[in-house]
Formats: sequence, C-alpha cells, structure tokens
Amino acid sequence: MNGPHDLGGAHGLGPIDPEPESAEQVFHEEWEKRALAVTLAMGALGQWSIDTSRYARERQHPVDYLRNTYYENWMAGLETLLLEKGIVTPEELATGRAKGKADPALLDRVLKAENVPAVLAKGAPADMVTQDAPQFGPGDRVRVRNFHPRGHTRAPRYIRGHIGTIHEHYGSHILPDRSADGEKAGVHLYNVRFEGAEIWGPDAPSREAIYIDLWESYLEELG
Amino acid sequence: MSDENEPAASGGHHAHEHGHDHHHGHHHGGHHHHGQNFTDPPPDPALRIKALESLLVEKGLIDPAALEVLIDTYETKIGPRNGAKVVARAWTDPDFKDWLLRDGTAAIHSMGFTGRQGEHMRVLENTPTVHNVVVCTLCSCYPWAVLGLPPVWYKSAPYRSRVVSDPRGVLGEFGTELPDDVEIRVWDSTSEMRFMVLPMRPSGTDGMSAEELEAFVTRNSMIGVEPAKAPGTVAGKEAAE
Repeated sequence: MNGPHDLGGAHGLGPIDPEPESAEQVFHEEWEKRALAVTLAMGALGQWSIDTSRYARERQHPVDYLRNTYYENWMAGLETLLLEKGIVTPEELATGRAKGKADPALLDRVLKAENVPAVLAKGAPADMVTQDAPQFGPGDRVRVRNFHPRGHTRAPRYIRGHIGTIHEHYGSHILPDRSADGEKAGVHLYNVRFEGAEIWGPDAPSREAIYIDLWESYLEELG
Repeated sequence: MSDENEPAASGGHHAHEHGHDHHHGHHHGGHHHHGQNFTDPPPDPALRIKALESLLVEKGLIDPAALEVLIDTYETKIGPRNGAKVVARAWTDPDFKDWLLRDGTAAIHSMGFTGRQGEHMRVLENTPTVHNVVVCTLCSCYPWAVLGLPPVWYKSAPYRSRVVSDPRGVLGEFGTELPDDVEIRVWDSTSEMRFMVLPMRPSGTDGMSAEELEAFVTRNSMIGVEPAKAPGTVAGKEAAE
C-alpha cells in the first residue's frame, strides 16, 4: 500500500538531530520496554508473521503513523492484530479486563521465561524453497514494475518504474505481499543496484548508488 | 499539527471513519483500536501498554517473567558490542574477513551472534573509494543480533526519508564529510536480509589486538553514518557535544 510508512524521498520531515551514541540509552521510557516485550511475547504465539505485523502498523491513518513514536506504532499494530485474530475482544481492549481465559491452543504456546533465550537465538529465517528457476542473474538490467497494490508490499514507491542492475541473487525468500495475508510462498529475491540519477534525476547527489532487495514478482525484463 | 495539514487531515478523517474498502478485514467494530480519532490527543502510551499487558496476563497469554528476560536481553546482552567483536576480528584476521564478506551469515553465526533480526546477514566493506550506509525506508529493519535495538534517529522519519535522496547531507549531520570522489552506497533493507557495515580500520592502530581494536568500533560506524573512532580522539559528533 502507498502508506505513511513508505518514506523514502519524502521532504520536509526535519533534521535528524541524533543523540550522541555514548549518551543514548537502549530505552528512553519504561513503557517502551513493556511495549517491546509484550509485542515479542505475543509474536511468539505464532499467530502472525513479521509481514502481517508490519502491515498492521502501516494500515494506521497516516496522521497517526507519523505522529506516533516507534513503540507507539508497535502498540497500535499489536492491538489491531489481537482484535483481528480474535485473541482479545473490543470490549476487553476498551476496559483492560479479561472476560475469560484465552483459547487453550494459544495457552499451550505461551512464551515461558526459560524458553526466551532459545526462541530469540532461533529467530525466524525467511528463506523458502521454490521450484521456479530464477528469471534473472547478476548483471542483468531490470525495471521495477509500476504497481500500486492496496495490500502490503516491500517495493518502496521511490523505486517503482526505475531501471537497475541485479547485484546479487539471494535465493528464494518468503514473499511479504502474500505473507502479510497469511500465505507462504518462496519467490526469488535479488539485491538490485540503482544509480542515484536514475531515481532522483538531474539533481541527484553525485556518485550515489542505492541497493535494494526486490522480489522477482516486483521486477520485469527490460526489452 | 500545522495549518497546511488541516485540509488533508479533514479529508483523511472521513476516509478513516467510512472508507475502509480494502479486503483485509481491518477490525472496526464498535471499538476504534486507538480508542480515538486521529484528531484527538494520542493516548498516554504508558497507560496504554499497562492496560494491554495486564489484560494479556489475565487471559493467561503472558508469562510476566518472560517479559523481564526479553527486556534484560536487549538492554544488557544483545547490543553493538557484538558487532564490534565481528569488525575487530575482521580487521585482524584476513581469512575471517574474506569469509565475512563472502558469507556474512555463516561468519557472524560462527561467533554465536544468531537469531532474531540476524537470520540473514550481508557485510559491506568501506574502502577509500566506497562508503556504505544502511537504512530501512519502509520500517526500521536493523541487524539486532549484531547491533542490538536501533537508535531513535535510525527509526525516525527524517533519517528514513532523506538518507536515500541526500546521503551526503545526512552524513554531514553526523559530522561525517566524505571526499567528492567517494561513491556512497545506500542499502535500503526491504527484505529480511540485514546489513552491517565493515568500517575502515583507523590508522595508528598497527599491532593492536582484536580486543584492543573493539574500542574503536562504534555502533554508528557499523550503520555507516560515521567512520570508526581514531586512537587518541573521540568521534567528531561527540567531540562537538
């Protein structure tokens, strides 16, 4: 979707104003720790993928998304997922009081303290085999499709329609566009190099290149 | 909200209330998940997460002790010192460096830095002619396994929007000025591949051990917004503060 999260190339968002690295804390507020931990614990129930979770954050109203801090967007996304999956009811969320215990199948999957290190160390690899042969290889020139899906995608707006060169073929990874809706399909994934001037035109920074990971279904042959 | 946003915001409000026509079943029964319209003040995040956490504990879905382990892990165990060990080893061990640049995933995993947001890794070498810098314009993808959780500026709209279109300007805000003949490569993390920059080894460090060199490897140098620290100095940005 052409949502508020798709920020590449946007203007007017102000200075970066980084905190000095030596002074920056991992968390700036106590509630941020809770937002991180609750989100990770709920993710461990296995009811949604990272793509579903990103899509839940992106679907907020753009004004909300841009006003929120990072962890506020996490909380908004988590509430959406808990409601959509029927894990909590709107009434429970509004009152903060449970009307009953969760589904026993979910209770079996609750992340226990003793399992946290193993679960984090395992992670969630995204590679997935496909029977399809790769359509492109390093050095091939490709164009990013000009497409504007209503659903989730990982093709940023600023790159669509532009021409680049395949830098690396990673193999096949889960396609986020379908994974956001709960379907898993392996699709060839490439890292593609774009020259700055190809994207930004004559005012592009000199000697700049952008490298972006793009799935085969985002790309078309030049010709 | 500034005045120039008002007309768009009014139109957006209508869409927000009535315009959900996509097929993904966004829940909008009797309850707005924000408990508000976007024009209302945002809810206090501390109260919001407290209510959510206690609800989920009451439903049996959260082991409170697990939350403490999760927080402690990212506050004290998984952070940029992991990445610094990888970089310092690459600076001192040419075979490891070759492996790291050829198969970042395997080389990094061999040091025990595995798992969440480090499942698939590529390492990008800075040289006198090429400077790499990493961003995620679509969210805030970041190599947690080697760098920990991302800093606030990395997650912010100003960095995410601008580093792709004005990398020299952005690096300048970190006090990093590169010669005009250096090619800047901006890596936008749109897949589950995570990127880490291998900064150039600072001069004046000949003969130092990997352990000594770790001190010069900053988090920012592994994102690519600053060079590694030089011996006897502190990073430019910090010196200015």
